[in-house]
Amino acid sequence: MHDFTPISALTGGALIGLASVWLLAANGRIAGVSGILHGLFSPPENQWRAWFISGLLLAGLAWQAAGAPVPLREGFPLGWAAAGGLLVGFGTRMGGGCTSGHGVCGLGRLSVRSLVAVLVFMASGMLAAYVTRHLIGVTS
Amino acid sequence: MKALASALGAGFVFGTGLWVSGMANPKKVLGFLDITGDWDASLMFVMGGAVAVTLAGFKIYRTKIPAPTLKDIDFPLVAGAAIFGIGWGIAGYCPGPAITALSTLSMESIVFVISMVAGGLLHRVVQRA
Repeated sequence: MHDFTPISALTGGALIGLASVWLLAANGRIAGVSGILHGLFSPPENQWRAWFISGLLLAGLAWQAAGAPVPLREGFPLGWAAAGGLLVGFGTRMGGGCTSGHGVCGLGRLSVRSLVAVLVFMASGMLAAYVTRHLIGVTS
Repeated sequence: MKALASALGAGFVFGTGLWVSGMANPKKVLGFLDITGDWDASLMFVMGGAVAVTLAGFKIYRTKIPAPTLKDIDFPLVAGAAIFGIGWGIAGYCPGPAITALSTLSMESIVFVISMVAGGLLHRVVQRA
């Protein structure tokens, strides 16, 4: 495990948690990114969502402007990126959440539905990573 | 206006957390999901740190939590989570990291996010049919 970075992981995680509490306290909203993204196409409640998404994008721009390391991946096949995106978009809409909505927020409010979702997507994620990397040989 | 400013701020802090933690790095995410490889357990600490904060914070603001519309553990929940996980394990992006990674204008993040939006719209169409 030579890439093990528990301190930055904990710090970043705490920031994600703080942002989720902030959105709940100030807006009465759950910081579920898939729900926020899909909700962009459902007016009229899409304005705050557009601003939240803008914040996500601005954070990436600020990170790069600050000269922090940006770990770009080279040569990952775009067909697999498209397949992954389609499945993530379809699945998060069907299952009503992703790593943030079911994970960070759902577990934070002790939802049993979210716990089930987290266990299922962790398991299927691990299985898919194994199959694509070791059996099919998709790497970058 | 105030609500839009806080949404922007929360999105910014959320996105910064994704970069600090390593979640915005799909190689690191796959290093976590691929438990048979050179396993990197760091991302467990991302979820741990985040949930420790939401557990405490959501308790304080529990009256603001919107009432859940769904309560049952049903087929769409389990199948949807399974499908989402497969896409996550293939590409190493879940929705938040994919969106903040768009700021790098990398081709893979652009393709992923467009496909992710299309996947959500496809579900809408399928459900109506």
